[in-house]
Amino acid sequence: MLVAVTTLPDGVAAPVRRRIVASPTRADRAFQALVIGAAWSVLAILGLIFLFLFMEAWPALHQAGWSFLVRFQWFPDLTPPVFGVAALLVGTLVIALVALAIALPVAVGSALYVNEYAPRWLARPLVTMIDLLAAIPSLIYGMWGLYWLSPRLNGTSRWLTDHLGFIPIFHTSRRVFGSSMFVCGIVVALMILPIIASVTREVFAQVPRTTCEGALALGGTRWGMVRRVILPFGRSGMVGAAMLGLGRALGETIAVALILSINFQITPHILEPGGGSVAAHIANQFPEAGLAGRKALVAAGLVLFVVTLIVNMVARVVVNRSRSSRGLVD
Amino acid sequence: MNMTTTPAPPVSMIDPAVLPTGNGATLEARTVAAWFAEHQILDDISLAMPANSVTAIIGPSGCGKSTFLRVLNRMHELVPKSSLAGEVLLDGADVYGIGVRPAETRRHIGMVFQKPNPFPTMTIRENVLSGLKLAGIKNEGSNDDLVERCLDQAGLWREVKDRLGSAGGALSGGQQQRLCIARALAVSPRVLLMDEPCSALDPTSTLRIEETIRDIVGSVTIVIVTHNMQQAARVSDYTAFFLGDEGRPGTVVEFGPTSELFTAPNDPRTEDYINGRFG
Amino acid sequence: MTVTTVPSPNPASLPTPTRRRPQAITPAEGVRIAGVAGVAVILTALVFLATPLSGAFGSVVFAFAAFVALEVVDVSLRLDPQAAKDRTATILITGSAGVALVPLGFIVWYVVSKGIGGMHPGFFTKTLEEVGPLDPASAGGAEHAIIGSVEQVGLASLIATPLGILTAVYLSEYPGRLTRVVRFFVDSMSGIPSVVAGLFIYTLWVVRLEKGFSGLAAAMALSVLMLPTVARTAEEMLKLVPDGLRESSLALGAPKWRTVTSIVLPTARSGLITAGILGVARIAGETAPLLMTAFGTDSVNVNPTKGAQSSLPLFVYQRVRNAVPSQVARGWAGALVLILLVLTLFTVARLFGRVRKAA
Repeated sequence: MLVAVTTLPDGVAAPVRRRIVASPTRADRAFQALVIGAAWSVLAILGLIFLFLFMEAWPALHQAGWSFLVRFQWFPDLTPPVFGVAALLVGTLVIALVALAIALPVAVGSALYVNEYAPRWLARPLVTMIDLLAAIPSLIYGMWGLYWLSPRLNGTSRWLTDHLGFIPIFHTSRRVFGSSMFVCGIVVALMILPIIASVTREVFAQVPRTTCEGALALGGTRWGMVRRVILPFGRSGMVGAAMLGLGRALGETIAVALILSINFQITPHILEPGGGSVAAHIANQFPEAGLAGRKALVAAGLVLFVVTLIVNMVARVVVNRSRSSRGLVD
Repeated sequence: MNMTTTPAPPVSMIDPAVLPTGNGATLEARTVAAWFAEHQILDDISLAMPANSVTAIIGPSGCGKSTFLRVLNRMHELVPKSSLAGEVLLDGADVYGIGVRPAETRRHIGMVFQKPNPFPTMTIRENVLSGLKLAGIKNEGSNDDLVERCLDQAGLWREVKDRLGSAGGALSGGQQQRLCIARALAVSPRVLLMDEPCSALDPTSTLRIEETIRDIVGSVTIVIVTHNMQQAARVSDYTAFFLGDEGRPGTVVEFGPTSELFTAPNDPRTEDYINGRFG
Repeated sequence: MTVTTVPSPNPASLPTPTRRRPQAITPAEGVRIAGVAGVAVILTALVFLATPLSGAFGSVVFAFAAFVALEVVDVSLRLDPQAAKDRTATILITGSAGVALVPLGFIVWYVVSKGIGGMHPGFFTKTLEEVGPLDPASAGGAEHAIIGSVEQVGLASLIATPLGILTAVYLSEYPGRLTRVVRFFVDSMSGIPSVVAGLFIYTLWVVRLEKGFSGLAAAMALSVLMLPTVARTAEEMLKLVPDGLRESSLALGAPKWRTVTSIVLPTARSGLITAGILGVARIAGETAPLLMTAFGTDSVNVNPTKGAQSSLPLFVYQRVRNAVPSQVARGWAGALVLILLVLTLFTVARLFGRVRKAA
């Protein structure tokens, strides 16, 4: 018995694709519903956060109107109340930028060190140690910053203002230092360093090894390879990582609340005591605030939530795009 | 070392007569085609794989052998965006028919994979019984007897009977693969699909698996995909030669009794392939 | 099988080859680096003696900067520009890894040295109920805060761990267009400020539902923060389960839900434990959301569903905000307990993760 099967003769229609009907059992359907429900609870929580903050903040926001975003003072219990987040928002941004300016080069450098320079036995413990920085509670960073770092930075601050005081950010009017946005920035830098380092490390690790070795084989130095191959390849990933760090820095609460003495002035002088931070202000004021004050604080929280969520989402889009453009969709 | 042993006489207490013989079913593919997204892998495959026989599927890499196997027990549809045409009949009933559950089909048409993969969290005994638990089947008789029977059929009983409680992952590669065969047999499938079951194994283990295949074919229909033509010649009753070149979907070039296909192929391409001129 | 060896031409003339390590630092290079470092230290000493600059921390920073500067000058004098650039980059990149790690040591050392003084057995068995402002640091303790922490973190884990693992199952076992959307939002959720999570539960639970401050409210706020950590870590762990196991299970006739519950989840078990522990480590030290949910108190409140409750981070924060030295000392003792707890959790999570890979 020998059956030779040939392809269909001309005139016979091409095979018709069947719809695969896989009717799942009831248990399968129930399980899938459970799992999907859990997953979408995340979206539900994000929606509820916005909804409830908005509902609670609405009376305060309605009363204050757009002045909420441009006013400096915070007297929600006066009649009529006078309050706004302008100084706080600017201060939040200044602290975050100081933190980013310090953390980004250090994080990129340590990511490069771990990936390209460190001996094999050192790389893994190093990654663990950097991740450990993220595990230390914000509270402890704050205490360390307030009691240990702040006094020790006085000398540095004085030197900066003496020699570089012509640059506005280093100018001080009273030569009093400490509890400043500068100290906050350094502490927050330590806290956002791990996330920037881990995302950039991951992006750098995706550079094809052959490309790197190709650069070295052409007689390039290691720095040449880093500069011509790895950094250009990882650029959008670094941008995304920096934005993730920025998002974290904007929301940093307790450490800043402990260190900073908030004074409701918009000031570019980061070495002086004072400045502002939305999150820290909420934490500071909440325990003592009256009913109207708490509503105003929720309004500030709403602004913070919207800003950080937007920054985070844009950052994720940038990071994901830098991943998928390499054909590596997670 | 003498490796051409005759099958070891059964040492088990079970009377071989109790083994369900003739449990195998006829499996028939009718004008089967398969796609991944818009990429067609198989075209117009019609094969009848007779009950209680071994059918080998040979052919060069990328001709769709494995995909065909996965179409047979509805594993193909697990790949996102996959689709197919044609029918697969298990004793005359279309496994893709409306109302047929894939899980049910897969229980009747078992599968052994290229890489042995016993469940790492389970003991040897639990691995054998895992199918019952996973498919939600009640075992009529005693579990001990079932474990012994399946391990014995897979030729593993003598080696592991004293350590049924140890982890399946602790076995050698060949033993793991035989454990996977025992695991697949425990749910009494009517067809067993084997996707290059020996390609990750050493020659000695390969021969043991081949012995096992000959031992169990009395109770189950076997379809085996293999790269190794000697293996196809050794174990199979029928052989199908698949070919799909230059991006064209795979088709059956020739199908027939193994002895005829290897000694007197009809198609020159079959002859070229079995004589090692390509592939 | 016989092995024919090629006789070596003249065994006596060839010494056994010494192993060479092309990447290692040669002794001469080591001496040179040590020399540069020595000069940097001397320079620092001179500068700190001659100018008003002072302090151990400042001198370390200065010495490091001086070392980097001297190295750069040294290599650019001796090597060609390309090689000099390469060396400079190496020094800066290595230095930045050091800069990232040094603070970790400083922080741990400082918390330990400050906290050890305020530590006494009563810290774990007494509360602050009858402690006056003039009592020494050895009076009273954080028993009430520890009870609160255990209850709040425990409840938060009970909420967030199952939810997070189920989310991870969705992300890893039901891939599709929507999965990507969910993953995106889980990632975005991991960046929301902790104080916002606190305000959320405050508005929802404390104000709208009029339940008041409680440990449960704190637990809910913490679970919002814990959920993304657990979900994403657990997803990575589920992805480590080989696909072959899923296919084998399906090929045995298992429905999908049984494949997930009987094969995928048990295989990933230690990884899932790691995910849970990392989640706990993430929230154990959170303070800000507790201010508006648990609120804090000085006495024991065992009931998490009713009334203000303290917790270890809240205890520490409220002590430190107080200017009284004995209170601050209690705060440092609490901080020591907290940092030890977090470091232990982190280490345990890593060890579990390692076992998983070895298996």
